[in-house]
Amino acid sequence: MKRFADLLERLAFTPGRNAKLALLERYFRDTPDPDRGYALAALTGGLETGQAKPALLRALVAERVDPELFALSYDYVGDLAETIALIWPERGTPRDVPLSEVVVTLSGAGKTELPALIARWLDQMRPSERFALIKLVTGSLRVGISTRLALTGLARIGTVPLDEIEELWSGFEPPYAPLFAWLDGGPRPEVTAKAPFRPVMLSTPVTEADLPALDPAAYAAEWKWDGIRVQAVSEGGVARLYTRTGEDISGSFPDIVERMHFDGALDGELLIRREGLVAPFSDLQKRLGRKSPGKAIIASHPAALRLYDVMTWDGEDLRALPWTERRARLEAAVAGLDDARFDVSERLPFGDWDALASLRADPPDAVIEGVMLKRLDSPYTAGRPRGPWFKWKRDPMIVDAVILYAQRGHGKRSGFYSDFTFGLWDGDMLVPVGKAYSGFTDEELNRLDRFVRNNTIDRFGPVRSLKARLVVEVAFEGLNRSTRHKSGVAMRFPRISRIRWDKPAEEADRLTALTDILDGMGA
Amino acid sequence: MQSETFTHLLLPRPEGLYCPAGDFHIDPVRPVARALITHGHADHARAGHDTVLASRQTLDIMAIRYGPDFARVTQAAEGRMDLGGVEVSFHPAGHVLGSCQVALHQGGVTAVVSGDYSRVANPACAPFEPVPCDLFVTEATFALPVFKHPPPQDEIARLLASVRAFPERAHLVGAYALGKAQRVIMLLREAGYDTPIYIHGALQRLCEYHIEQGVKLGDLRPATMDKAEAKTLREAVVIAPPSAFASPWVQRFTDPVVGFASGWMQIRGRVRQRGVEMPLVISDHVDWPDLTGTLRELNPEEFWITHGRDDALMRWAALEQRRARPLHLVGYEDEAE
Repeated sequence: MKRFADLLERLAFTPGRNAKLALLERYFRDTPDPDRGYALAALTGGLETGQAKPALLRALVAERVDPELFALSYDYVGDLAETIALIWPERGTPRDVPLSEVVVTLSGAGKTELPALIARWLDQMRPSERFALIKLVTGSLRVGISTRLALTGLARIGTVPLDEIEELWSGFEPPYAPLFAWLDGGPRPEVTAKAPFRPVMLSTPVTEADLPALDPAAYAAEWKWDGIRVQAVSEGGVARLYTRTGEDISGSFPDIVERMHFDGALDGELLIRREGLVAPFSDLQKRLGRKSPGKAIIASHPAALRLYDVMTWDGEDLRALPWTERRARLEAAVAGLDDARFDVSERLPFGDWDALASLRADPPDAVIEGVMLKRLDSPYTAGRPRGPWFKWKRDPMIVDAVILYAQRGHGKRSGFYSDFTFGLWDGDMLVPVGKAYSGFTDEELNRLDRFVRNNTIDRFGPVRSLKARLVVEVAFEGLNRSTRHKSGVAMRFPRISRIRWDKPAEEADRLTALTDILDGMGA
Repeated sequence: MQSETFTHLLLPRPEGLYCPAGDFHIDPVRPVARALITHGHADHARAGHDTVLASRQTLDIMAIRYGPDFARVTQAAEGRMDLGGVEVSFHPAGHVLGSCQVALHQGGVTAVVSGDYSRVANPACAPFEPVPCDLFVTEATFALPVFKHPPPQDEIARLLASVRAFPERAHLVGAYALGKAQRVIMLLREAGYDTPIYIHGALQRLCEYHIEQGVKLGDLRPATMDKAEAKTLREAVVIAPPSAFASPWVQRFTDPVVGFASGWMQIRGRVRQRGVEMPLVISDHVDWPDLTGTLRELNPEEFWITHGRDDALMRWAALEQRRARPLHLVGYEDEAE
């Protein structure tokens, strides 16, 4: 548990992706089985812990610490698990309780045994281990790394390519003994689990300038929908819905899973659809946040699948076939399903790139974020090969905003003010509308950094409040209404596309520039 | 005895603790005629007093910080001194080099003003000396039962493990210029880290003074290399005052690991707020067990709390049936950064 607690702590405070990968690699390399397997499950949200309620922990600590001193401490620390981890009185000699002991014991423990069990472990642990334990037993461990990052770190301990690990790993149960044996140089294990995830084929971005080099007759085009990419697998009576990183989200979408009456693996876009109309991404987000949605939200936010591809069907692996053949198989398969929740992504007719450009410029639906190009002869290849599939995104929306706050960056940008909050005019006030971290060159970063240092009004910890005098052009991919932001809007993927050193702040855009777009979308 | 019993010897004033019988202040936050100073941290040792009485080392440190003419008259504390009929003596506080508690005796009553103090061994200064007293004046910086500082050696071991795991990333450790910086350096040396340690210019003079006083810090180099040279460093540890991380000085390092040595690093929220990647819980103050342990050991008639988390300490006093009084003195920082 000590190693696992150390890993969690460092991951929590380490901002850089490479540093996180190095930490994961070291952990998986140095930690024995079965602990590293359970850790992998914990990091990817696959551990069935969470038997204890916070009230149980409060009761345990109340037996040991004066309630008023506890209340003062909790008030100061602000997190229940952290307060208990720190305040728990040390007794006896600490023991490095294996993570596997915790997971295995918890899975077999009855409700009445829990308090004594947890108290004994807490007695034997140090604060950072206690923190990890409490988060585990209450099911509230949030590591803040993606499944893909965890698997990428894992792949580094051996020579097995990441996509092969992605294909196999979810077919095993924690602690994944056959998987680790394979990574350590053993034989490739047989997957016996039903309906496993298969690694997804991804596209690379393309711009107008790249197109003349490509033959339009060699590509098919489809709309790029703004939902989430999913894989629907139903095999041997087991149906599962996965995200493109292999996360199982079946529990969040029972309305899809219970309708998967087929045998195969389909690739598509998960959307919210009401009477044939696709709802904005923010509606889908409401469903994504719920592990077990209630009847009301399932009825008001019905999920649907718009299918792009077929990977397997009736026991046959179709991934090696060219796209045109898979497309024909997909159309036949979906026709046979006869369910309005499943449809096939429309194929766009176009003669040349100009024709496609005009389609892209005026999509029939606001939830379309561009077009996809797929080579007619492309097999379904895991990962992100460059060439067979392209995404040609709609041009971003743009506003001119004023920089209001700056924060120091991390990693390679340590010491540079590189994270910016920008705002738009609302009356004679500037209202913050978003944050951007990217879009500038190293040279611009230097100049921005100097600007921040010379135009600071106030400091709050690492944040500086600035004189309203620098305008930046912000590009973004979409807009949602938001109750969490004071401005009432939230941008998707905002980044700085140009620094307008020349433009006076008074000439920046008004907040209505965004609200008008939202009104126009009917959102 | 009641609080009033002590007020001829000691009472809180807006400028700090005042001894009416001897007409002097201890660690005043505003200029006064006669100041007794417990230690050299800037919130306790300020410039502008007429006469200053402190340990030889604290006087030296004040001269380094404020110039040799920081007071009209200075006097180094030695043995038992008579100040207007009050017998005054200085005793080690174990906080930083030169740090002392001030004991006042008159008419059979003893009051001890501890300043900031620590019970953890620190090779830069003599250990805290428990002085039997009727009134003990304590700080309460870390006076919550969540504050239990781990052994500093464990924290340094974590730092060194990271240095070895990420040899190409310079490890920058934020540490206050007086005390904490030298403490971190000594702990690194004790752990066998014997390559040169790079220090920010703001630490130079106080590190030199420690060396003059016989504290071994090993090979120290100025952290003034350019970007290209900084890139060639391997397994490098750089110590700097935390304020340096907000200055362009830090830009010479590519992708550094930013650490901070402070008792506050026990609280995850504080770690995040500061953008610290490598928190090191190293403190030169007493934690909750040492603070309450010291109060039990000295068992004074009454104790006063100068600043910090006095509500929790007052609750503890009530549970233990000890007489305590919060002074809410203004002008002392939680833990100097």
